[in-house]
Amino acid sequence: MSDTLVRKIPTPQIDAQSRPFWDAAKEGVLLLKSCVSCGKTHWYPRKHCPFCASSNTQWTQASGRGTVYTYSIMRRAKPAYVVAYVRLEEGPTVLTNLVDVDFERIKVGQAVHVLFLESEDGVHVPVFKPVITQEAANHAE
Amino acid sequence: MKNYQPASACIIGAYEHPTRYAPDTTVASLHADVALGAIEDAGIGLGDIDGYFCSGDAPGMGPTSIAEYLGLQLTYFDSTDVGGASYLSLVSHAKQAIMAGKCNVALITLAGRPLSEGVTTGVTPRIRSISQPEIQWEHPYGVANVNGYAMCAMRHMHDYGTTSEQLAWIKVAASHHAQHNDLAKLRDVVTVEDVISSPLVADPLHRLDCCVITDGGGAIIVAREDIARTLSRPIVRIRGAGEAIKHLSGGYFDLTTSGAAISGKLAFEEAGLTAQDIQYASIYDSFTITVLIQLEDLGFCPKGEGGRFVEDGNLIAGFGKLPCNTGGGGLCNNHPANRGGMTKIIEAVRQLRGEANAAVQVPDCSLALAQGIGGSLATRHGSSTLILERI
Repeated sequence: MSDTLVRKIPTPQIDAQSRPFWDAAKEGVLLLKSCVSCGKTHWYPRKHCPFCASSNTQWTQASGRGTVYTYSIMRRAKPAYVVAYVRLEEGPTVLTNLVDVDFERIKVGQAVHVLFLESEDGVHVPVFKPVITQEAANHAE
Repeated sequence: MKNYQPASACIIGAYEHPTRYAPDTTVASLHADVALGAIEDAGIGLGDIDGYFCSGDAPGMGPTSIAEYLGLQLTYFDSTDVGGASYLSLVSHAKQAIMAGKCNVALITLAGRPLSEGVTTGVTPRIRSISQPEIQWEHPYGVANVNGYAMCAMRHMHDYGTTSEQLAWIKVAASHHAQHNDLAKLRDVVTVEDVISSPLVADPLHRLDCCVITDGGGAIIVAREDIARTLSRPIVRIRGAGEAIKHLSGGYFDLTTSGAAISGKLAFEEAGLTAQDIQYASIYDSFTITVLIQLEDLGFCPKGEGGRFVEDGNLIAGFGKLPCNTGGGGLCNNHPANRGGMTKIIEAVRQLRGEANAAVQVPDCSLALAQGIGGSLATRHGSSTLILERI
């Protein structure tokens, strides 16, 4: 089996503006913020659009699919874990962890999808794992 | 001196604390040590100081505690904090204050004791302030300095074919310089093989791709050019300066480029020079990848060719085309307060004065560059570039 992330995830400090994101995460839904004024989607989610400064931003549901932009295996930590930037289908690139992944087989550009792991205090935090391709599934059989 | 318009501002004093481990001192007393060292180097008195500049390493609220500790009487002060790049920015800010007539002689200090205090800033994710807007989106994932910079290296390797062996040459060059520095924390010459066979800390960065952790500090004094001309030291003029902040741009970014692409351009434009004019470069070296990306962004080589530029000893004084970090840099010499900007300026001043260690002195060095990145290359950082000339 792969090197499953067993590292304890620190609990994010949730505020009133970010609560909808974390409430959705608990239901297994990844939200992004999009700007009603200029139409662009940004990360990390905030009240003011970083492209046009409009405060007319709204939550939109993401597909949860993306590709690995870059990553690093934190070997020094026990247990080791993988930090990564994942480029979402919707455009923005997000900081995350890769889980359920063989450290030696991670590749920049590989397809991943979101899942949610509980933090130390039970907040569901989005992380990503490789998409199992048909080829890989066949190989496993 | 009211309404006096100085011709320019010059660095008249520079001092690097000799300690690398100072368990029986305080941060405030180290600031005082380096302040007095730079004042003696300049050949002035403490009472001549009317501007004081410090950053987040100074204890207390901005400049207030150190001003009190040293008994400074000030007409101007500034405590800009963009991490390790702050001190390069503060030299530029001191020049601007002097040119505006707000002060005449400006002291800039840095000091800290991360080794004595057991700070492991490279591998431990940390929160500077709970109200940082990005913190809830980053802290859960364990991004620290080393794995952040490692992600930049990983993407650079993917995009441009940069290799671990090429990154290792940056450490090899630093070690060749540090062997001549009696005060350097690491004085042994290392090979490319030594670097790539050292343990991986965060792929693709090895232990020897990372800077040292040391106590210590340094200080710089900037003054009106006419004051500099009354002193006996060689005159180092601040010819160009540029600053920039690079961040994640709402989720649309390129981790293979740093803020140096902007700060360097601004500094070269102000100086009327290009990278090809520079005889010596101090380049912030928190990690080997930090140096490589800044060299590209400053125009010493095209983007993506940093690996080929640094290999085969090209950064080694007396051997390569661009002598870089001739005191041994953060990779071998010291990294006081976990902020490497001050020591970058000091070594550039030494080169311009002809006071570097003899084995690494650049012959007739009249134009030098000092460059810093503070914060994280992988998230948000300040970048500051100084172009200095001996007149």
